[in-house]
Amino acid sequence: MIREPLIFEVSDKGKRAFAFPKLDVPAKNDIFQGLPVREDIPDFPQVSEVEVVRHFTRLSQANYCVDIGFYPLGSCTMKYNPKVNERAASLAGFVSSHPFAPPDLVQGNLEVLKRIADYLCEIAGMDAFTLQPSAGAQGELTGMMLIRACLEERGDARKIVLIPDSAHGTNPSSAHLCGYRVQEVKSNQAGTVDLEDLARNMTGDVAALMLTNPNTLGVFEWDIKKIAEIVHAKGGFLYMDGANMNALTGICRPGDAGVDVIHINLHKTFSTPHGGGGPGAGPVGVKKVLEPYLPIPIIEKRGEQYALNFVRPKTIGRVRSFYGNFLVAVRALAYMLTLGPEGIKEIAEIAVLNSNYIRKSLQKDYHLKYDSPTLHECVFSDKIQKENGILNIDIAKRLIDYGVHPPTMSFPLIVHGALMIEPTETESKRDLDIFIDAMKKIAQEAKQNPEILKSAPHQSYVRRLDETAAARNPVLKWEREKKL
Amino acid sequence: MSYISLSNQDKKEMLDRIGVSSPEELFCCFPEDIRLKRGLHLPAAMPEPELLRHFEALAAKNVYAKCLSFLGAGSYVHFIPTVVDYLSSRGEFVTPYTPYQPEVSQGTLQVIFEYQTLICQLTGMDIANASLYDGASAAAEAVLMAHRLNGKSKVLVARALHPQYRETIGTYTKNLAVTVEEAGFGENGEIDLKALAEKLDKDVSAVMIQSPNFFGVVENLKKIGELVHSRQALLIVAVAEAASLGILEAPGRLGADIVCGEAQSFGLAPSFGGPYLGFMGCMKDFIRQLPGRIAGQTKDVDGNRGFVLTLSTREQHIRREKATSNICTNQALCALRATIFLETLGQLGLKEMAMQNIQKANYAADRLARVKGIKKKFAGKFFNEFVLEFPKDLQKVNEDLKQKEVVGGLALGAFYPELKNCGLFCVTEVHQKEEIDRLASLVEEALR
Amino acid sequence: MYPQNFFYTKDHEWVQVKGDQALVGITEFAQKQLGDVVYVELPAVGTQLDMHQTIGSIESVKAVSEVFSPISGEVADVNSELNNSPELVNQDPHGKGWILRLKVKNKADVNSLMKATEYEKFLEGLEH
Repeated sequence: MIREPLIFEVSDKGKRAFAFPKLDVPAKNDIFQGLPVREDIPDFPQVSEVEVVRHFTRLSQANYCVDIGFYPLGSCTMKYNPKVNERAASLAGFVSSHPFAPPDLVQGNLEVLKRIADYLCEIAGMDAFTLQPSAGAQGELTGMMLIRACLEERGDARKIVLIPDSAHGTNPSSAHLCGYRVQEVKSNQAGTVDLEDLARNMTGDVAALMLTNPNTLGVFEWDIKKIAEIVHAKGGFLYMDGANMNALTGICRPGDAGVDVIHINLHKTFSTPHGGGGPGAGPVGVKKVLEPYLPIPIIEKRGEQYALNFVRPKTIGRVRSFYGNFLVAVRALAYMLTLGPEGIKEIAEIAVLNSNYIRKSLQKDYHLKYDSPTLHECVFSDKIQKENGILNIDIAKRLIDYGVHPPTMSFPLIVHGALMIEPTETESKRDLDIFIDAMKKIAQEAKQNPEILKSAPHQSYVRRLDETAAARNPVLKWEREKKL
Repeated sequence: MSYISLSNQDKKEMLDRIGVSSPEELFCCFPEDIRLKRGLHLPAAMPEPELLRHFEALAAKNVYAKCLSFLGAGSYVHFIPTVVDYLSSRGEFVTPYTPYQPEVSQGTLQVIFEYQTLICQLTGMDIANASLYDGASAAAEAVLMAHRLNGKSKVLVARALHPQYRETIGTYTKNLAVTVEEAGFGENGEIDLKALAEKLDKDVSAVMIQSPNFFGVVENLKKIGELVHSRQALLIVAVAEAASLGILEAPGRLGADIVCGEAQSFGLAPSFGGPYLGFMGCMKDFIRQLPGRIAGQTKDVDGNRGFVLTLSTREQHIRREKATSNICTNQALCALRATIFLETLGQLGLKEMAMQNIQKANYAADRLARVKGIKKKFAGKFFNEFVLEFPKDLQKVNEDLKQKEVVGGLALGAFYPELKNCGLFCVTEVHQKEEIDRLASLVEEALR
Repeated sequence: MYPQNFFYTKDHEWVQVKGDQALVGITEFAQKQLGDVVYVELPAVGTQLDMHQTIGSIESVKAVSEVFSPISGEVADVNSELNNSPELVNQDPHGKGWILRLKVKNKADVNSLMKATEYEKFLEGLEH
């Protein structure tokens, strides 16, 4: 296997990969006078086009991806990324649009943004959506800011946000970024929010409860209406983290269950690709009460024309430049139109079917901390394997040898040694069985041959990497070795 | 059309194993009163040929695509080498997850490592992160970072900083213990140093300057840096037009402590505003306060070099409410495009591109300033954008230009009341001489 | 395994009093929970600390833990060896991995802490 060097190790003076047309205006010779002009950038790459193409093609082959196989990552919804969405998003009419173009010249774009917002309202049961937040975390922050603005306008500024102990790490960090103090609400034996603990914590100083539903255990918060009542009774807002929306599409609408504000991850539920870590999009939906505070501009339809409205006196302002990750919205719209209402409902039905199939198939081999029915994901733990000294990370690394990406392990914090598995609706039975088979074999190996797990992976581009050394002595860029 | 991969037989076998007769039964825990009892009111499913026709019609409604445009203001048109689209559309780059399992993500991680290196080389910073959402949110994160570093509560931002960056900073700091004040610009379009010095008291954590600024004018970072440091504050330099780094000195060598900005110019088309590519770098002492993901080099058990996400204890998934930022998903695929772009253009291409930008923009500014009634608003030297003052309302001129499928400079009156009748024009290497000349004669006509 | 002359907290810090000074660190149990330590955040010399006040934090690759002062006092010295060799906390948590030395403010503070056998019993209780 060719181990691909860094481009800087291949670079050398005089190589070129791109040529510009000659300068066609008369050149001014004194043009740089008074400007801080740089000398050549030391060690900046100089390579040929062939070298660029081979470099990135070979690097790509060191990546696992959805197009290769299954990613059982809980709460990530690694579903198939339809290729027709890519084609739609690459149309020159969209791609070449400057964000300051006069609105009457980009009616197609405004229509995309308005329609996707309307469709999200219908799917989530909300009154208005903004597409501005660029990711789920930014959506959470936006949602918190909307709540804060509304409460401050009422003269009822509060200081606390409640978050269940099973929540994803972005929830508390987003609340904190909005100036709130975070208080934890306990989960009960069933894995859902403990209503008594919630009632105890829900005071007039609590601005909101941030709820993930279904939660990170894959369990539906069946008491959601009661939860909403408890929160609303004391004047607070119910925020829903929509990361697990894949279990609800067409079955249940959060807005119908008492949710006031929600964020959706387009790169999860709506199939836009993860790209190795973004770009995604985290649109935020609200009920009427929070609508006046939405970030500007709002996209409106006035007769047959679409327009941008910046005149919104109560707006929280902007959370980023321009309108959000527009091309990601194009992909999500294409997906919604491809599936139609029946297809969208089928997402949840089959996601839940696939996940329960895995759960039933593995529940004798791995420990399931909570008995409750689960929807689109389930959380096993390494409790049984721990008896042989095997941890979730060893199971994860061994799965790589079986050609499968490991499941989520870093949360929920309430399950020690968690293995959070979400298959999504696009996996075939064959791929599910390959995964189940691998997990069963690994459970066996944990008993009979634990060493092979501890030293895994054996078949990957690199073997187990020393993350301790990386953090103790960080090397965060390439530098030419200085000759002593 | 759906993307389900189960046959009827598969479904039957799976339902049997679970012990239910339909997927319906798996939703038993839902209370009846919140179940949706009707179908979703959405357009019927469109098969691919119909879907593509639909989107082509939508895209065709954007008549802007046919126009000759001179818009900049934070979003720039540059030549994008074919290899950027070609390589970045590979499934192995588009469809993987975040590289939390490094052994199967070395492609993504090595790209991030190269990207970080390139950003450091261009900006003169010691360390860079793997990307943020865009220039505006990067600027907001930089302000918060400065506050964490020295605990001081005030930040001064240049009025010539991009209006949307200022708005975003305002939104992010509104609910935190940081106040933001503006420092105005002088007659020549650069920051008013005297006014800045007056505002630089002991409570100032940092000063943020954009260079080239929103008006295209290049600031004297060295002088500003000396002033800022003499008052024990940090200098944050924001770069909205990253292409300028091809020819202008690295902010790090002129005194910047933190550099942030927008790298959309490196391989991303205007895309109606997103996805873009925020970048951020800092000097090495500040590493623990730098937000965002960072890739680091290490070895595997066989001694082979590999890359991992590192210093994760700054981040939300570990530090939770004490994290440096809440950012999780970032803009990795955009960073890949930028990396391919930069490595393809290389040292020589980047410099040539920047040089052509300055020459063409200067040619355009001179040519337009020769039109009766128009004058260059600022004397300051610029990169690829400049402000022209018109004898009357710019909107009318722009309306006339629009009829000829030309989009002129951005009218600044809405953003800067003191710059009524002024327009911000951007000229890059993509503009041909004939196109610039055409703009000038159309403007001449419109003013007659 | 747990030194008899140390006192212990429920948050797994230890304190060793020597006259009017005291050494502070984290226990063997704590270092095992954390995993490989990569960074120790140390306070400034001269900092006044109350009992249970945050001293700083210890980072491993996958976790971060706050360290609380077992007794009240003033920071007289910090173990700067930990800047270059944070692994000392893993290798010798009760010895070379000490974190700081305090000038003791109130000798009676240790009376509310656990002795070695109490701490060992406390750890057994945690396992369940």
